[in-house]
Amino acid sequence: MGDTLRFRDDPVPDEPAVSLDAFLDQPDAASVRIEAGDDVRRLAPVLGRLKLAEVDFPKFRDGRGFSSARVLREMGYAGEIKATGDVLVDLVWFMRRCGFDSFAPNVPFNDDDVEAALTRYPHVYQHAADDLVPIWKLRHG
Amino acid sequence: MYRYDQYDHAMVQARVEEFRDQTRRRLEGKLTDDQFKPLRLKNGLYLQLHAYMLRVAIPYGTLNSVQMRKLAHIARKYDRGYGHITTRQNIQYNWIKLEEAPDLLAELAEVEMHGIQTSGESIRNVSADQYAGAAADEIIDPRPWAEMIRQMTTFMPEFSYLPRKFKIAVIASEADRAALRWHDFAVRIVKNEAGEIGFETYAGGGMGRTPFIAFKIRDFLPTSQILSYMQAVLRVWNRNARRDNIHKQRMKILVHELGEEEFRRQVEEEFEHFLTLGEDFPQAEYDRIAAYFAPPPFETGLAEEIDRSDPAFAAWVDQQVVAHKAPGYAIANISLKPIGQIPGDISAEQMDLVADLAERYSFDELRATHAQNLVLPHVRKQDLYAVWTALHEAGLGEANLDLVTDIIACPGLDYCSLANARSIPLAQKLSERFADPARQQDLGELKIKISGCINACGHHHAGNIGILGVDRKGAESYQLLLGGSGDEDTSQAKIAGPGFDEAGIIDAIERAVEQYRSIRTPGERFIDTYRRVGMDGFKEAIYG
Repeated sequence: MGDTLRFRDDPVPDEPAVSLDAFLDQPDAASVRIEAGDDVRRLAPVLGRLKLAEVDFPKFRDGRGFSSARVLREMGYAGEIKATGDVLVDLVWFMRRCGFDSFAPNVPFNDDDVEAALTRYPHVYQHAADDLVPIWKLRHG
Repeated sequence: MYRYDQYDHAMVQARVEEFRDQTRRRLEGKLTDDQFKPLRLKNGLYLQLHAYMLRVAIPYGTLNSVQMRKLAHIARKYDRGYGHITTRQNIQYNWIKLEEAPDLLAELAEVEMHGIQTSGESIRNVSADQYAGAAADEIIDPRPWAEMIRQMTTFMPEFSYLPRKFKIAVIASEADRAALRWHDFAVRIVKNEAGEIGFETYAGGGMGRTPFIAFKIRDFLPTSQILSYMQAVLRVWNRNARRDNIHKQRMKILVHELGEEEFRRQVEEEFEHFLTLGEDFPQAEYDRIAAYFAPPPFETGLAEEIDRSDPAFAAWVDQQVVAHKAPGYAIANISLKPIGQIPGDISAEQMDLVADLAERYSFDELRATHAQNLVLPHVRKQDLYAVWTALHEAGLGEANLDLVTDIIACPGLDYCSLANARSIPLAQKLSERFADPARQQDLGELKIKISGCINACGHHHAGNIGILGVDRKGAESYQLLLGGSGDEDTSQAKIAGPGFDEAGIIDAIERAVEQYRSIRTPGERFIDTYRRVGMDGFKEAIYG
């Protein structure tokens, strides 16, 4: 695992993440590893003990993890969501909007590229899992 | 038509700068070709056989004279002096240099244009009825909703890397001029019994190697819930589609595998959830956008009669001019199918001329059609002769709308790295074979559509006569299909039998056409005759 880029102030969960099935089976598990095809809605009954969700991107063009993160946030989960695997800096902006707040890419990001990616767009057209105000709301006050 | 405000401008300009940075990183070797490819595709830049192609979005096919003149300028400065209108109402340039693309996109942004999401696994440019705002048969102008959907679906975070492309269409009349049910998702604006406007929604259509006609998923969706509904459809697809085989990742495959009932159930479940999030755009935003599409100031008391003393002009009026909702006005179609020319191609000089005509005679509006033609939507009938004269002098006066020479063709093996066979030379030769105007008139409505490979960019599945180019032991070969339609009576064409070489397919089409002539009943179009007699009624004539 390379460097982790993190946008949270709380302590880093130190428990290794287990698979979704194992997490559901083990009442004391606190970190889960979400594969691209997993249905995160299965976590609904046990969200209270979840501290870290690692969402894996087996290849950067597999966009299922974007839905997984956003669904977790819609379920009220406020803990860490970490993107792992084939994560590229050009995806970070959309990932942040979907609720990812830490990144452990296979190949570490260049800091300047991250800065550029996260400050590029002055506005957003839609609601997402972040608190940015969409353009239509700015237009109508 | 819609105009950008400061927010739209800022978003498109940010996109240009982002792509400039991505191109720089690619040229410096900091992005691999594999990593760069989806980024450039989502900005419309596609690598063809000989060069990069840039596909510029023409949202719902509407543009003005300033934009058309910019497209002419782009053709001169960055390409070889021409462009190509596509089957999704966009324009493509075929000879673009990667290192010049960021500057080109910056120039487009000056006139509120871009290549965003015109290629790759993204939500594509919304297509719509090219007669929107002018058609006598529409319930309302569908373009405000098309523009709403454009903004809703631009840079959607959750759907940044969809399984495949996703195409949307919007119409507002019984007549379908946008091939509605060949789209992944489509809405037809309808009025319910209470007189309220809503959407009839369709899902799961698409051409390509596995064609499906979209099914009606909902009879009536309140317009205010469209974003929740589209997000539900997209999420069901994004989460459940296969990711292991690019040929099985379009939404039509998931719809087919789940079945209509189960797909509908999952969408409705997700839809109920999205409604609770309160993300839908408010009525005030629709009203803001709709104001841009207010009807132009049509004059009243205009003459209805047209001086038909020039027979060439009269023939053009009969074929190219369509009823307009405002008295004294007409919709004028501009053919980009001159006999023997490349379907959909238009030179920079012709673009400038068409821009002038739009500015002078059509309230500054132009439309592109999925059949690769252009439209002047609001022309005073008394101006039609002047319009035709100018078009005629520029080589754009052909009178063949929906006739046998109004052929749709993909770029084919002349440009495209996916193609198995050439489409353009075949279209040109077919056009020459059937050039006689009297013969074309006699044959009536007959839509020929040519694709150079199974990806079906030339819509061969929807052709009354479809042609599919295939590779047969290293030689170009063509399959003949009959019976397709992209209109409101949507149907999928069927393969007639063994394929032909280029000369053979032209002769085979002529035999099919002559068979139609010999067995048609009065008033029957080619497609009607085919539906009456089936393939059996044509097979012997074609294959002997």
